Amino acid sequence: METIFDVENFNLWYGDNHALHNINMKIEKNAITALIGPSGCGKSTFIKTLNRMNDLIPSVKLSGSIRYRGQEIVNSDINVYNLRKEVGMVFQKPNPFPMSVYDNIAYGPRTHGIKNKSQLNDIVEKSLRDAAIFDELKDRLKDSALGLSGGQQQRLCIARALAVKPDVLLMDEPTSALDPISTSKIEELVLDLKKEYSIVIVTHNMQQAVRISDYTAFFLLGDLVEFDKTDKIFSKPSDKRTEDYITGRFG
Amino acid sequence: MNLSDKSNKDSVETIASTIFLILGVINIGFVLLICVYLIIAGLPAIVKIGPIDFLFGTKWASTAADPKFGILPFILTSIYGTAGAIIIGLPLGFFSAVYLAKIASKKVRYVVEPLIDLLAGIPSVVYGFIGMLVLVPSIRTLFGLPDGASLFAAIIVLAVMILPSIIKVSITALEAVPQEYELGSLALGANEIETYYRVIVPAAKSGIAAAVVLGVGRAIGEAMAVMMVAGNAANMPSLFESVRFLTTAVASEMSYSSGLQREALFSIALVLFVFIMMINATLNVLLKRGGVKRK
Amino acid sequence: MSDNAKPSLQQKSLPFGRSLYSHALQSCMLLCIGITVALVFFLILYILIRAIPYFSWEILTTKPSYLRGTIGVLPDILNTIYLVFTALVIVLPLGVGAAIYLNEYAKSQKLVKVIEYAVETLAGIPSIIYGLVGMLFFCQFLSLQTSLLAGSLTLVIMSIPVIIRTTQESLKTVPNGYREGAFGLGSARWHMIRTVVLPCCIDGIVTGCILAAGRMLGESAALLFTAGFAHALHGYIDGITSSGATLTVALYVYAKEQGEFEVAFVIAAILLVLCFITNYLAQAYGRHMKKIKQ
Repeated sequence: METIFDVENFNLWYGDNHALHNINMKIEKNAITALIGPSGCGKSTFIKTLNRMNDLIPSVKLSGSIRYRGQEIVNSDINVYNLRKEVGMVFQKPNPFPMSVYDNIAYGPRTHGIKNKSQLNDIVEKSLRDAAIFDELKDRLKDSALGLSGGQQQRLCIARALAVKPDVLLMDEPTSALDPISTSKIEELVLDLKKEYSIVIVTHNMQQAVRISDYTAFFLLGDLVEFDKTDKIFSKPSDKRTEDYITGRFG
Repeated sequence: MNLSDKSNKDSVETIASTIFLILGVINIGFVLLICVYLIIAGLPAIVKIGPIDFLFGTKWASTAADPKFGILPFILTSIYGTAGAIIIGLPLGFFSAVYLAKIASKKVRYVVEPLIDLLAGIPSVVYGFIGMLVLVPSIRTLFGLPDGASLFAAIIVLAVMILPSIIKVSITALEAVPQEYELGSLALGANEIETYYRVIVPAAKSGIAAAVVLGVGRAIGEAMAVMMVAGNAANMPSLFESVRFLTTAVASEMSYSSGLQREALFSIALVLFVFIMMINATLNVLLKRGGVKRK
Repeated sequence: MSDNAKPSLQQKSLPFGRSLYSHALQSCMLLCIGITVALVFFLILYILIRAIPYFSWEILTTKPSYLRGTIGVLPDILNTIYLVFTALVIVLPLGVGAAIYLNEYAKSQKLVKVIEYAVETLAGIPSIIYGLVGMLFFCQFLSLQTSLLAGSLTLVIMSIPVIIRTTQESLKTVPNGYREGAFGLGSARWHMIRTVVLPCCIDGIVTGCILAAGRMLGESAALLFTAGFAHALHGYIDGITSSGATLTVALYVYAKEQGEFEVAFVIAAILLVLCFITNYLAQAYGRHMKKIKQ
């Protein structure tokens, strides 16, 4: 298997607060990697460094190395806009822009310079199809995205992320604000997307990690306690703390 | 209230609630008072002159032997003047607001916002005075005019005067846009500027429209500053000529007016009032839609 | 753009179109904020620099005399103080009372909507119209003549919205628990308002007063036909019953009608300083109160 993110001795501070300690992991291409752990363990912070969204918080300091396809992204002078184009992100709370469904999807491609109408139409249709929401929305492309249900909004956001043709999709608890039916639709979709994309997903829900992920990383208080194949983590974890967490002793 | 109404010993409560009811309702009375007075004072002259001649007459000669009372020049001047002020003030205020709301550091905002407040608080006569001493002569020399007191001078003064309200209302509107939109756009690889102008600004458009309408209301109702720089001749509007606005038409002749002339001045005020009412109605709709509180 | 032509992370600059767009907007913003700030500084410096040479103890403490050919702004300062004081004393109970009605007493939402709409309408009416109606109603109908009192009453109606709005805002911040607590102890409504609610929103009322005073200090169009132009020196009682120019009206008359620019600059500088002080007080007081509440 090919590695897409290679994390070595990575540390992160919020001001004086040492939030992530010496993280080492290799994230595989075309696989689903789940990040689990109790609230405040650093998993969301970690996922945001993969597309440098942490740049927006001025007090954040980083050390160590994360290489995306061999290119150093920690403290390096890369083009973050291109990085974020290649490493897309879906947020916890669905955040469609207050514009039409069509304009939401076309926003990314337009930003990256695609003006041609028929090309945009193709991208919008393909992205919606890939996000398995085209049939539901094909007659509502001109309607405001804010009128959709929560589950539809989240799939729209996934489609919006796919429209800029990323390699990686980062998903920060994408189903935590959704009902069970919408959640299972998103899970199916994520499994389907694995063929073309590498996916890193933060989740609170351990069943979800078991259902969809190939690899699981367990974070606790800023440490990466254990990182392995999902089957292994949930059947015979090698660390006592992992076992305690997945058997529900804390968290 | 029901309980205290029923208790016979506590008449204080009954009196208090009655007084407060009166104090609340009296505000409706004030508005009615203003409406009724303007209509009573303003309508007769419109009827006497004839609504068409009054509103669309192009000549105002109130003190001539054969007086003419056409206020089209004033209406058009007010509209052009306000439009001009918006054309200059809106971009200036809009870009300043985006800068302050989104880019400026806390320190910069801490220094600049009081300055904007100061701009909002400077009395209109002071604007008129500075306009008279600085702007009018500059326009005269710059454009080689016999007199710089003109529609153009009034437009600049009005633009400066509406600037603070445009900036402040726009900032409130921009800050009311949820941060998730910003993150969503950045995560797609848009840079900060693209994010501000292609997501945040469109999301705040109702509030920004409200800022514009508020500015229109201020500009169309301003009298003193305009009176000091516009020259006050009852010409049809032209950028570099002396002009008279609806407001200044009322103010400049009121002190020596009598008879039909005086009645006609009240009619002008009535026309101005109708304009303002329409603007306020628009403003209320926009403010509700934009979810922005009026300051 | 084909699927596999990925933009490199090493390619530092954005494509030409995007970087042009960003730089153009960035420059636009810097230019506009620069102009705005420069404008404020120009106004402040211009007024102060031109006014300072004419400032003297004499000009501040005398009245103009055609006999001696001297000029002074003391009557205008006093008139302004009388006017603002009178208007505040009247508008305060009216505005606070209306706000209390809207927030604490009103049962019918319809009536509240109508009153709030009326208040918003009052806030949007230009001052020249207040001036006209004030002239017709206070000066003529109530035969107060052109006097500071008529001017004050006109300003009262003008500034009611400011007081109502700030009072209402701070009434809304008083937690409902306080009210329920007082009711639970058997307090009647007015008693509860007087002892529990009002003390909590003094800050809003004070801020409202400062803002209203600021507006009154700067008002001129509404006073032209109601308060008059005289520069006579009076005590309070004589003052409010006779015609008198406030600082703003005096500035207008000196600058526009008489061409007395020296005294006009002095008045402009005084008004600027007053505006600065009221803004500062309103802000500082607001911040102070926020701190105390936390």
